[in-house]
Amino acid sequence: MQKAVAAEAGARLEGGWAEMLRDAASVAAVSIALAIPLVGFHLIDHLSTTQVEFRFGQLFYAVAVIFLGRLGLLLIGAGWARPIASFTSALSLAWLVNSAASAVPVAYPALGWFTFLLAATLAVRGWHTFYRDTAGAAAKARQAGLGAMVSRAAVHLTPFLVLVAVSVPFYAVMADDKRAVDLGILIFTYIMLGWGLNVVVGLAGLLDLGYVAFYAVGAYCYAIVSIELGLSFWESLPLAGALAATFGVLLGFPVLRLRGDYLAIVTLGFGEIIRIILLNWNELSNGPKGIGNIPRPGFFGIAFTASPPEGSIAFHEYFGLDYSPMHRQIFLYYIILVLAMVTNWFTLRIRKLPIGRAWEALREDETACRALGINPTNTKLTAFAIGAMFGGFAGAFFATRQGFISPESFNFLESAIILAIVVLGGMGSQIGVVIAAIVLIGGPEWFRDLELYRMLAFGALMVAIMIWRPQGLLAHRDPTIRLGVAGRGGTP
Amino acid sequence: MAYFLQQLINGLSLGAIFGLIAIGYTMVYGIIGMINFAHGDIFMVGGFIAIIAFMVLGLLGITWVPLALLVMLAVAVAFTALYGWALERVAYRPLRNSGRLAPLISAIGMSIFLQNYVQLLQGARNKALGTPPISGGITLMDSAGFSVQLSYMQIIIIVSTVLLMAGFTYLINTTTLGRNQRACEQDMRMARLLGVDVDRTIALTFVMGASLAAVAGMVWLLYYGIIDFYVGFLAGIKAFTAAVLGGIGSLPGAMLGGLLIGLIEVFWSAYFSAEYKDVAAFGILVLVLVFRPTGLLGKPEVEKV
Repeated sequence: MQKAVAAEAGARLEGGWAEMLRDAASVAAVSIALAIPLVGFHLIDHLSTTQVEFRFGQLFYAVAVIFLGRLGLLLIGAGWARPIASFTSALSLAWLVNSAASAVPVAYPALGWFTFLLAATLAVRGWHTFYRDTAGAAAKARQAGLGAMVSRAAVHLTPFLVLVAVSVPFYAVMADDKRAVDLGILIFTYIMLGWGLNVVVGLAGLLDLGYVAFYAVGAYCYAIVSIELGLSFWESLPLAGALAATFGVLLGFPVLRLRGDYLAIVTLGFGEIIRIILLNWNELSNGPKGIGNIPRPGFFGIAFTASPPEGSIAFHEYFGLDYSPMHRQIFLYYIILVLAMVTNWFTLRIRKLPIGRAWEALREDETACRALGINPTNTKLTAFAIGAMFGGFAGAFFATRQGFISPESFNFLESAIILAIVVLGGMGSQIGVVIAAIVLIGGPEWFRDLELYRMLAFGALMVAIMIWRPQGLLAHRDPTIRLGVAGRGGTP
Repeated sequence: MAYFLQQLINGLSLGAIFGLIAIGYTMVYGIIGMINFAHGDIFMVGGFIAIIAFMVLGLLGITWVPLALLVMLAVAVAFTALYGWALERVAYRPLRNSGRLAPLISAIGMSIFLQNYVQLLQGARNKALGTPPISGGITLMDSAGFSVQLSYMQIIIIVSTVLLMAGFTYLINTTTLGRNQRACEQDMRMARLLGVDVDRTIALTFVMGASLAAVAGMVWLLYYGIIDFYVGFLAGIKAFTAAVLGGIGSLPGAMLGGLLIGLIEVFWSAYFSAEYKDVAAFGILVLVLVFRPTGLLGKPEVEKV
């Protein structure tokens, strides 16, 4: 088997060199032309005038890397998968170790990450090709179902993952690592948002680009209700969810009969409208200055403060502990953990109900559903409202965690991040959202200089995932029968 | 009256820019039925390439305004067209047969990518042109201390838009390329059977849309004297609104929609509130899509099963 592959590869290489070099050179030429204006020149604003400086060194480095990368890709296709994959794996590993340990200072981290990304892509591609070419048919079938495999494993992994999630604060207390809890809260907020949006995008197949609007509604609802009416967090939480769901119904009702891509643009418009209103309606939202001093949650009425007001008792006094700001963080961590778990549980259960089945059916074929007597508007509306409700819950949590909210926290970028989590994780896959949130939110926290390139990578990843696995990395909802010709993008 | 006239002129100039961008949306939608979400960012890239070309020309000592503008235009159009071509090749062509949502998500990814690409490479702050190469204008009317100005820049915007529109109408209606485009729009598979190079036609559609966006970006830069990496988002949404308002897929519709959106935005800011001018544009988008999804000049779409 091996020998045959090698012989075939040798045959393919014969006379292929010139062609491959030509291909790589043309790719490099196009990238030079693309890069000259924006990479080769740099506008710098200097004392209110703009000046231009040259960056040709970096330009040529980048183009050289692209040339080699393209050549490597072609060589992988020509049967050199193993050497290329080994080399690029070593290269990317070396870069990761170096940047994690900051061992060798890098002059241009951007170019370093760029090289790393290309090398890592080549490595993945190379190993994938290598195993595909050498493995037998059984292995091939197994490989095809990566998403199915992860989902099956997820059933056994879930208790373990929950255990890890529950024990993060214990680790944090023992290691005195405040960052771990903060990061955990952040990741779980996004997991919850991702799960909420997953109902709309993943299950019902409605692309919602304005999800952050419901997040904002929940956050502002909690802030206003708790400040003006003095309601506690747990009393305001249902209100925030209900208000967000109401908004979902109000916004969704007129637009949900639109076709998918129009719907996406309209939800984007709604998201922006809500942000602009919050920005300008000073009486309600205090405008761009935002709302501060939002009440923080207490532990069943016991406040987390160093010096409680007269006549009340603080958390650390009640339990006879030393005061530590971490108590509140840990409490917040458990709140969001519970909220996220409720979201997950709710979604998993509702998927098995008729309404959940109807969502998924609607996603696959709206016309057929209509023919079978499902009311598409009402079905979509429930998905929209339920997704919005979870967004509202997450928003209320966000407000109480931050203690301060302003319209700038709710821009389109935030919607795009949540969408990226859902899309990359695999639309409809619960465990996919968790993994995507950990990688996309936790990753940049780990490699600090990645923060800058985060959105760049999100954008590129969204494109790449759509091309290679349009269902998302871990989704496995291939229809049992496919009519007509499946496009190139349709087969994983 | 004078105030009204001034707003009318401002609205038409702004609307002409939106119209130029909207043509890119409408042509791509007409031919492959997808919303090219990244088109607004192509417009922004065009503006950036124009300002970079302007600065480099300044370094080279070419300061004679007509020559500088022509070189700027040629550079901006050429490179932006290449960006449009690459965009289609990388992000859309592999997804041509895979439903509606996959290309849209890919386009959103590309839009985020382009914004951050420019932000990382050129910095997040506004880039100012410095002294505007074209200034001054004609005073049309002077009544009660309010003079109505028609700046040379506004004349250039409107004249160049009219010329470009005429050229494109000619291109679509009479040339082989235009005929191929219309054929692909009607039935891509049949066009392919009859020997139309569909891939090339679609790629050229993107190139044409991007060229117009480059002109719009350059004109925007000269008109406002300032550009930043985020400008494509709002301008793109408004131009898309214009395309939808005019009837997506229709070339005159895009221009008409652009002019209407420009006028609405300017008059809304002038007579109601400048803070909510973006709400006006988004509101119109929602209203048109809900009540008349085919737009003003569009053809109704028949759903085939």
